[in-house]
Amino acid sequence: MRKTYFCILMFLLLIVSGCGYNTIQANEEAVKAAWADVEAAYQRRNDLIPNLVEVVKAYAKHEKETLLAVTEARAKVGSIQMSKNIIEDPQSFAQFQEAQGAMSSALSRLMLVVERYPELKANQNFLDLQHQLEGTENRINVARVRYNKAVETFNTSIRIFPNNITNSLLLKLKMKEPFKAEAGAEKAPQVKF
Amino acid sequence: MFLNNNKSIIASIFFAFCLIFIIVPAHALDVPVLQGYVNDYAGMLSPQAKSQIEAELRAFEQSDSTQIVILTIPSLEGENLEDFSIKVADAWKIGQKEKDNGVIFLVAKQERKIRIEAGRGLEGKLTDLLSGRIIDLVIKPKFKRGDFDGGFIAGVHALIDATRGEFTADKIQYEKRDERASKLLTMIIFGTIILIVTGSISRILSILAGAVGLPLFAFLTFTSFGIFTIIIFAIFGALAGFILPSIFSSTRHHGSRGFFHGGGFYWGGGSSGIDFGGGFSGGGGSFGGGGASGDW
Repeated sequence: MRKTYFCILMFLLLIVSGCGYNTIQANEEAVKAAWADVEAAYQRRNDLIPNLVEVVKAYAKHEKETLLAVTEARAKVGSIQMSKNIIEDPQSFAQFQEAQGAMSSALSRLMLVVERYPELKANQNFLDLQHQLEGTENRINVARVRYNKAVETFNTSIRIFPNNITNSLLLKLKMKEPFKAEAGAEKAPQVKF
Repeated sequence: MFLNNNKSIIASIFFAFCLIFIIVPAHALDVPVLQGYVNDYAGMLSPQAKSQIEAELRAFEQSDSTQIVILTIPSLEGENLEDFSIKVADAWKIGQKEKDNGVIFLVAKQERKIRIEAGRGLEGKLTDLLSGRIIDLVIKPKFKRGDFDGGFIAGVHALIDATRGEFTADKIQYEKRDERASKLLTMIIFGTIILIVTGSISRILSILAGAVGLPLFAFLTFTSFGIFTIIIFAIFGALAGFILPSIFSSTRHHGSRGFFHGGGFYWGGGSSGIDFGGGFSGGGGSFGGGGASGDW
């Protein structure tokens, strides 16, 4: 009897420390936290866009199409249903990434167009927005890299032995989706100001 | 009988595997060593300017707890400025933990690039916009004239002005101690319960559990120390494994009073505080990519 108790105790201890139960949970929380940062960074960019469009509009009246593309991309990003398990669903994750990618390319086109308007480039409001936009793009970048790292750690931790047993028996967590390099955008469009 | 035996063999193999998979994290670094407030690897600063900036930044950390650190590198060697900057930030962990109030002022000499990397806690005051303006209006003009000393001093002053008042240096020491104490408390309570349970089965078991468990817990809590310390922990653990169950079993009949007696063991926690050696280090602040870049 005593022996059995002891065995159960040791078993529980080892399960907790060695079989990845806690590790998997911690890694999943890390993925969730990293995803929250990604969302916040993208949201920050979305919030900047109306101001940017207003400022550009005042100087570059002939660039209706480019401006419209940005506004539309923003609307599309806004229309995406951000469900809680988006990071576990490859389809909606791809949708999210596509919409944000479209936003990025619309923005970089706008920034190219701006080159033709020296007065706009000298406008203090616009300079400020540029700094904010640059900063936001960098935050998005950092958040995405960290998210991908967290996902890699998590996905590895539910696949390696013996964690895979723990996961399939007890936790039943799904793999998380990482960001994939966008087609033709391995190098982020460098907007030179 | 046979079946039972077989089961225990399988179980022990399983335990052995589990033990193998307890992983201790390791990390590689190719970021310059953090030497102090000014890390002038590109040799851009004169000795006077360097000591002046160091004194000012030390005073600022003492009053506000905000850490500002300068790093100059000869060349980025093809690496992206922002990527390198966040890598340094992640490695150095400038700024106090919980407050995340660190700033890294990075200059790549050959590429003529400047970056201000702001910690998460400072993003409200030292916004991307303000960082950009400090680079454009304060640092850049001086660097363009070749006045690096002036550029760094003016830049540091601007950063101090921007972040002053956001945080104050309150009880940093206490916070660190509290955190460590709470970890110790958890460890001691958990350990005590295990020792009492194993002790009720057999005294030898509890001694063994203490001798193995205490060093293991200490290792997991504080990460690194030598074999000698482990042996001391093991001896303490073995003693605890013998004494705790004895106290528990002998005072069990006297009700709760006996338990308070057992509380005397908390004293053991105080002596095992492990402190970092002297020298400069980041306080554990985290960065989220805030700040701005520029060139001259």
